[in-house]
Amino acid sequence: MLDGTTAETLARIQFAFTVSFHIIFPAFSIGLASYLAVLNALWLRTRNDTYLALFDYWKKIFAVAFGMGVVSGIVMAYQFGTNWSVFSDKAGPIIGPLMAYEVLSAFFLEAGFLGIMLFGRKRVGDRLHMFATAMVAFGTLVSATWILSANSWMQTPAGYSIAANGQFIPEDWWQIVFNPSFPYRLVHMVLAAFLTTAFVVGAVGALHLLRDRADKDARRMFSMAMWMALIVTPLQIFMGDAHGLNTLAHQPVKVMAMEGHYDSHPDGAPLILFGIPNPEEKRIDYAIEVPKLSSLILKHDPNAPMEGLDTVPDADEPPLTIVFFSFRVMVGLGFAMLAVGLWSGAARLRGRLYESPWLHRACLVMGPSGFVAVLAGWITTEVGRQPFTVYGLLRTSESLAPVEAPAVATSLIAFVVVYFFVFGAGTAYILAMMNKRPATLRLGLRNAPVRAAGMLAPREIEPLTPKTQN
Amino acid sequence: MEFDLAFIWAGLIALAVLTYVILDGFDLGLGILFPFAKSNEERDLMMNSVAPVWDGNETWLVMGGGGLFAMFPLAYAVIMPALYMPIMLMLLALVFRGVSFEYRWRAQRYKWVWDAAFAGGSLLAAVCQGIALGALVQGIEVEGRAYAGGWFDWLSPFSLTTGLAVAVGYALLGACWLIMKTEGNIHHHMRRVAVPLAISTLALIGVVSLWTPFLDPVYFARWFNLPGSLWSFCVPALMAVLIWLLFSGLKSGRDQQPFFAALGIFTTCFIGLGVSFYPMMVPPSLSIWDAAAPDKSLSFTLVGAAILLPVILAYTAYAYWVFRGKMDPSEGYH
Ligand code: HDD
Ligand code: HEM
Ligand code: HEM
Repeated sequence: MLDGTTAETLARIQFAFTVSFHIIFPAFSIGLASYLAVLNALWLRTRNDTYLALFDYWKKIFAVAFGMGVVSGIVMAYQFGTNWSVFSDKAGPIIGPLMAYEVLSAFFLEAGFLGIMLFGRKRVGDRLHMFATAMVAFGTLVSATWILSANSWMQTPAGYSIAANGQFIPEDWWQIVFNPSFPYRLVHMVLAAFLTTAFVVGAVGALHLLRDRADKDARRMFSMAMWMALIVTPLQIFMGDAHGLNTLAHQPVKVMAMEGHYDSHPDGAPLILFGIPNPEEKRIDYAIEVPKLSSLILKHDPNAPMEGLDTVPDADEPPLTIVFFSFRVMVGLGFAMLAVGLWSGAARLRGRLYESPWLHRACLVMGPSGFVAVLAGWITTEVGRQPFTVYGLLRTSESLAPVEAPAVATSLIAFVVVYFFVFGAGTAYILAMMNKRPATLRLGLRNAPVRAAGMLAPREIEPLTPKTQN
Repeated sequence: MEFDLAFIWAGLIALAVLTYVILDGFDLGLGILFPFAKSNEERDLMMNSVAPVWDGNETWLVMGGGGLFAMFPLAYAVIMPALYMPIMLMLLALVFRGVSFEYRWRAQRYKWVWDAAFAGGSLLAAVCQGIALGALVQGIEVEGRAYAGGWFDWLSPFSLTTGLAVAVGYALLGACWLIMKTEGNIHHHMRRVAVPLAISTLALIGVVSLWTPFLDPVYFARWFNLPGSLWSFCVPALMAVLIWLLFSGLKSGRDQQPFFAALGIFTTCFIGLGVSFYPMMVPPSLSIWDAAAPDKSLSFTLVGAAILLPVILAYTAYAYWVFRGKMDPSEGYH
């Protein structure tokens, strides 16, 4: 089946597969860790039991998602060496220290305080427990900062020189860490993580509201999520636009692929809303376009000339079709999220936030939208920079380890089987937990001993009050 | 005297690997012992004894690998492809094992699947780590800046022996951890199990130690010529003391003594290995200085490590301290 496929292709598929699985978990756990810190802080301040119930509910879901994030992340860290050893040797002096800082400043922090956050409230008391929860949240954000700095450096390298042995040598760490695309990518990704979480929380809230409008835990989480959707989505769209302008300045070829511009447009480029790329003929079939809008958005002048892929040697072109579609998926979802946010704002104004079943249904459908948008965004970013790993300097084909195709193929198959099995099961467990109401005793955990003197005791009795549940 | 950054970093990475081996060693070991638990409650207790700390323990593995990538990119670029299979297997094993901590409590009918995943993942990860170690000691073929050997070079009687040795040694650590953390049936059970484990661990350490000098004349020279031969006296002497502490602790019921003695045995072996290796990073041809990243990378990261490592050690110690003492079986899951 895989005969004739090169080790390079297989290694790329393997990297894309494992990193795509990995990013799903951070996208959720970055947002959820912050949400948990907020819930816990609100509980400590108001002593309103709803916040504690929500904290305990999402904490259990977080624990599963975080576990999956950790194990899939460890795979990523080692894959640089096993599959991309030439890349590791050459870019190691720059990427390596950034990742080492990530381990030192973020991973240890998350892991060190996670145990206390999950198991330690009774042992350390509320204040230290709050501190631990905040440290976990902070750790996830620090982690995102370093890894995005590393990734951004590969997109827009700066502050380096190249030694005789082919290694990239750091010259100016400030320029390396704060390379041109890093601030944009960091903000865009962190907002993406917050949105992803908001839409998941919103969907779970909506599900329980559809079953029981009076469920006060569901009301609270739905309301919190909808505030996020209303406020953060416009910010994200604004940031996405800024990110795109920055990409135009540093990786114009990627933007050509995103926009579907095979041809140059000397007097104003159209915005192609939709179409089917035809790579053989190098044109977009069935294109629906708005004349000159692309130049207006990207250059703030409807008549500004824009170059197309016809100015780029074929060997340096990214695969346009993938980038073209993935970009549209992301942007489309961004506007769908905006619509939900506005809809919820209108419902809230009319005082009907909890009595709008159609809004709740829409939110349920939008639950996974953040994950899809995040994946689509990363695919745009990463495929759009091909055929380079270090943009313009090191080709993907020159980054490969001296591994043989059968070895990569075997491990690829193993990864596919194991990931679908393991993460599939994890997703099923998470969905099962989400399907239960926040007030459910121990979320259906079997044989876990009941806490002896649980702070949860009064709360755990509550589900006895009869409520409709299907 | 000028700072030899590469030397400092080689030391720090060795320290990270050692920390990984002794910390994740006992929790992987506990997984290896999992099938021998007598009841479901015992298994719950075993797992709960490490649930708050296992993630921190495993982070040292990321530190070791990440540190190698950052500070010795050439060594990383050579070792990883050379050990492709054992590393990939180890990663997959760690996936199974890591998720079991949470899944086990969620599963209804399929709980046994995650019990098996936990035990099997732990065992496989331990064996792969041992094999990787053995393959590295054997030496790795390098040409230019890349691995030049074949797909199966890592597989040899020696590396299989080290794989077995590491797995048995981890099981010993796990048993000693449980002796320290538990009371009642499981405690007594582990005290019985620890004796044969200790004897097999020591036997395997003996075999590997005697075998190593004959793998490569360089190792031989290092152990049987001055100044290395001084180590040849110190290391066995230290070992003898630790072995005595281990067995007397097992016998006397001083419950912490066996665990720390076992940690000492691992540390001593690690030092012994360091003696054989130094100054090579990837025997037989890449020295620490050949493989090191440019000074600008080493110094940039050293600043962070100097500040952050003490902080990490402090809060890691705190996390252990929070969950100190014997387990309370009623405390249960979060
Ligand atoms: C935007 C954020 C982001 C991105 C792009 C990545 N990660 Fe990640 N990673 C995280 C955000 C994160 C996190 C939030 O910090 C995680 C997720 C869940 C978790 O446990 O920590 C994590 C976990 C995690 C771990 C386990 C840490 C531990 O032991 O606690 C490793 C080794 C990596 N990652 C490595 C990588 C590599 C090599 C990546 C690039 C290919 C990568 N991550 C992309
Ligand atoms: C976490 C979100 C990420 C996703 C979803 C993602 C996705 C992808 C995809 C789909 C490819 C394949 C492109 C192709 O071959 O056409 C790729 C390539 C690559 N990415 Fe990422 N990436 C992510 C983050 C990162 C980060 C943070 C780094 C580095 C620090 C990185 C390093 C690389 C490298 C080295 C390649 C080249 C190897 C290859 O072509 O497969 N990626 N990524
Ligand atoms: C509708 C407005 C949006 C616009 C105009 C936009 C724009 C962009 C652009 C231009 C890139 C590629 C940058 C590059 O590779 O250099 C990108 C990447 C990305 N987008 Fe968006 N985006 C939008 C919405 C979203 C939404 C709603 C999400 C997720 C919830 C999202 C998540 C991502 C992610 C994860 C990446 C890859 C990482 C990065 O480069 O930051 N985007 N976006």
